[in-house]
Amino acid sequence: MSSTIQQPMSEPSIKVETRRQPMPPRERLETVFQVEDLDAIYGRKTAVKGVTMEIYKNLVTAIIGPSGCGKSTYIRCFNRMNDLIPGFRQTGSVRYHGQDIGGATIDPVAVRRNIGMVFQRPNPFPKSIYDNVAWGCRVLGMKDSLDERVERALTQAALWDEVKDRLKASGLSLSGGQQQRLCIARAIAVEPDVVLMDEPASALDPIATQAIEQLMHELKGEYTFVIVTHNMQQAARVADMTAFFSISRGGEGERYGELIEYDATEKIFTAPSDKRTEDYVTGRFG
Amino acid sequence: MSAHELTTPAMRLDRLPRRRAVNRTMEVLAWLSATIGVGILAFVVYSVARRGWSELSLSLITKPPIPFSFTNAPQGLANAFAGTLVIVGLATVMALPVGILIAIYLNEFAPPSIRTGVGLALDVLAGVPAIVIGIFVYGLLVVGGGGQSGIKAAFALSILMLPFVSRTTIEVLGLVPNSLREASLGLGIPQWRTTLSIVLPRAIGGILTGTVLAVARVAGETAPLLFTSSLVGPRTSWNPTHALQTVPLSIFELSESPNPKDHARAWAAAFVLLVFILVASLTARWLATRNARKIAGR
Amino acid sequence: MASIDATNDATRRPFEGRRVHLGDVLLKGVAGAAAAGGVALVGLIAWKVIDGARPSIAKYGIAFVWHIAWNPVPGHEIYGAASFLFGTAITSFFALLLAAPLAMGIALFLTELAPRGLQALVTALVEMLAAVPSVVIGLWGILVLGPQLRIHIEPWLHSALGFIPLFGPPSAAGASIFTAVIVLAIMILPIVSSISRELFLGVPHELKEGALALGTTRWEMIRGVVFPYARGGIAAALILGLGRAMGEAIAVTQVIGGGVFIHWSLFSQGDTLASKIAAEYQGATSNLDVASLIYLGVILLALSLVANIAAQYIVRSVARKHGVTRGGHA
Repeated sequence: MSSTIQQPMSEPSIKVETRRQPMPPRERLETVFQVEDLDAIYGRKTAVKGVTMEIYKNLVTAIIGPSGCGKSTYIRCFNRMNDLIPGFRQTGSVRYHGQDIGGATIDPVAVRRNIGMVFQRPNPFPKSIYDNVAWGCRVLGMKDSLDERVERALTQAALWDEVKDRLKASGLSLSGGQQQRLCIARAIAVEPDVVLMDEPASALDPIATQAIEQLMHELKGEYTFVIVTHNMQQAARVADMTAFFSISRGGEGERYGELIEYDATEKIFTAPSDKRTEDYVTGRFG
Repeated sequence: MSAHELTTPAMRLDRLPRRRAVNRTMEVLAWLSATIGVGILAFVVYSVARRGWSELSLSLITKPPIPFSFTNAPQGLANAFAGTLVIVGLATVMALPVGILIAIYLNEFAPPSIRTGVGLALDVLAGVPAIVIGIFVYGLLVVGGGGQSGIKAAFALSILMLPFVSRTTIEVLGLVPNSLREASLGLGIPQWRTTLSIVLPRAIGGILTGTVLAVARVAGETAPLLFTSSLVGPRTSWNPTHALQTVPLSIFELSESPNPKDHARAWAAAFVLLVFILVASLTARWLATRNARKIAGR
Repeated sequence: MASIDATNDATRRPFEGRRVHLGDVLLKGVAGAAAAGGVALVGLIAWKVIDGARPSIAKYGIAFVWHIAWNPVPGHEIYGAASFLFGTAITSFFALLLAAPLAMGIALFLTELAPRGLQALVTALVEMLAAVPSVVIGLWGILVLGPQLRIHIEPWLHSALGFIPLFGPPSAAGASIFTAVIVLAIMILPIVSSISRELFLGVPHELKEGALALGTTRWEMIRGVVFPYARGGIAAALILGLGRAMGEAIAVTQVIGGGVFIHWSLFSQGDTLASKIAAEYQGATSNLDVASLIYLGVILLALSLVANIAAQYIVRSVARKHGVTRGGHA
């Protein structure tokens, strides 16, 4: 069966309530990241291969796909976090506002300053709630009106009301969902451009998940979000653009992750161009 | 690596250059610390090797010392080497069974509360200064009990070895997979037989390495010997019921003497002692990592 | 169908017979006795040492601790621990002051900076430093370090910083508190560094990633996350190092020169509790002399027990705290 026929499916397999507004037309989208022929390699294993795509400003971009397709590795290429893993190297380029962030002369510290990250499992510091948010600001030189910054970040992360009376309590005394929102507050307190989220809700219950999705929706006017998720419904609810990755086999039988299709979420879920995408979003595999 | 700023509109130039400088400074300091640490070791070993090597000769081990000698007649420290062999050997014989038994009790029989309690006691014992152990054995055995002897010195050293042997044996016993014990018990073999015939032999390699490490530790220990085996003559003796001269103690005494010839012999003895201890420690640690994998069955 | 007569077949009645194996009782009993003996040993040591000091305790009581004088000459005998307590305090404190930053630096180097191969090599080398016997370091201290310090370092420090009472006139023979401080620092460096290294390795990776992802430098991450996390353990490591420095007798007595006074200058001679015992034991004459030396040992034992137990307590409570908060949800 041909994999390129652009036929709307008889019935969208996923009916989801979405708060998504229609995206601005393509011409008015500003590119934040431009990825060109990116390969990410650990030692001798290639995690992702040949990825080319663009991330647009003030949108939520979701990266979906079966487990093992390299989604986490891929997102970590955007803020040089893979540098921390011995034996990692990448080829191709990731350009941030036109500048290659993988260059040898680029300082990862500067990169991470502008591209924040929220991790899969909440990892608040063993400090007070206030200090969790304030520490980054202090160290990075944003020492003025610290109280206001903390309050603003916690408010944007939808956590302020719950913690405003116990800012001195340890960050670890919060529930899982609150801890993750604390990590989000911590990340946005330093005013990044982009917030990367690596399966931020996978360790959380549905209510906490909903809070985080709501957050992304409200904040994307200020930040650009890139979210990795294994939950298709979440992508359908929250993302403007969706990139579908899957596992391909190479000539010698080795497996690697590959970008299959990248388009507006609506299209991915209702009229995907590639059969593999269709199989995945209709639940036939993965 | 030049610091290249990403100069896009989204960048803020917060005090990044200064922060980078601080980071770099700390990096340099850390490298410096490591260099100093290694350098000190190199300096000490080099000093001992250079001075000790030139004084080294077979007569160091074979000839006894000649007290108050003003001639160049060859003298050595035969009595000290013999004494150290005897005393350290006896100390090992004393410490090993007790240490293994304690480890067996803690690992195979004891409930968790006792395990932490005894473990704490052993850790505290390990922290008692060697000279206090010397005073202890002195008060317990030497005073009124017939004076100094090699056996009493060995006893003092065995107290120093005990926490060491116990701790390493406990670790090694812990590495033996539980499935082994369960297989044996499942056959109906009683626990004591399981422990002695199945678990212990499996752990022997690790226990041996722990013993070598403990020996390396006490071979150079001087303080307890002051109280238990220091009133000695130049004659070489292998009889542990008398006080025997030992290598560390003779190094100590020679180092305090004003005679440069004594210093020379001290360096030579220190060289031999150091080589022995370093080789033993390194071999033991290398064996330990190899054994750990074998014992755990990987 | 053959019926199976189960009653007479001995192998089918395995639950009768001895319930308790003699071997089990024996092994458990003997091993348990060994363990009990180990625990009792600590108490026995304390008791016997106090017992040996009895004549001196009887004569001086607790005032012994702040008597400065020490004179074994018959007819003028008087004994007191104060100057040696001072010596122990000053040598251990400064040794820790020197060794701690170096040890931290080495631990940070090993956990954050060193490439894989260098890491293993340097770790092994630092452990080798721990294996060098104290008498050998003391020998090196007398014949190599002391003279170097006396000729080069001490005069320079005295001329540059002589206005500080710590840096008085250089010692005559190279034997001084300063030499002892350096020797002790060398001896405690490996312990503090290897404990710190294990602590730093134990900081959860996610915490470090969380800090770095904010755009902090490696040092800022260490200061903000690694140090606070490892704070308790570092305190324990320092206390253990201090305890080790307080208890070292041989190397110290070889290089410290001996003396019964309380001077502020690091370059003067002196004695610590441990080194005094080592120095004078063999020449001790009267019963009171010996008993007083042992009394010094009692004080030393008390100090090192306090240090040791404090360190162990910290280690255990930190282990509990980190065991709970990691992965816990309120």
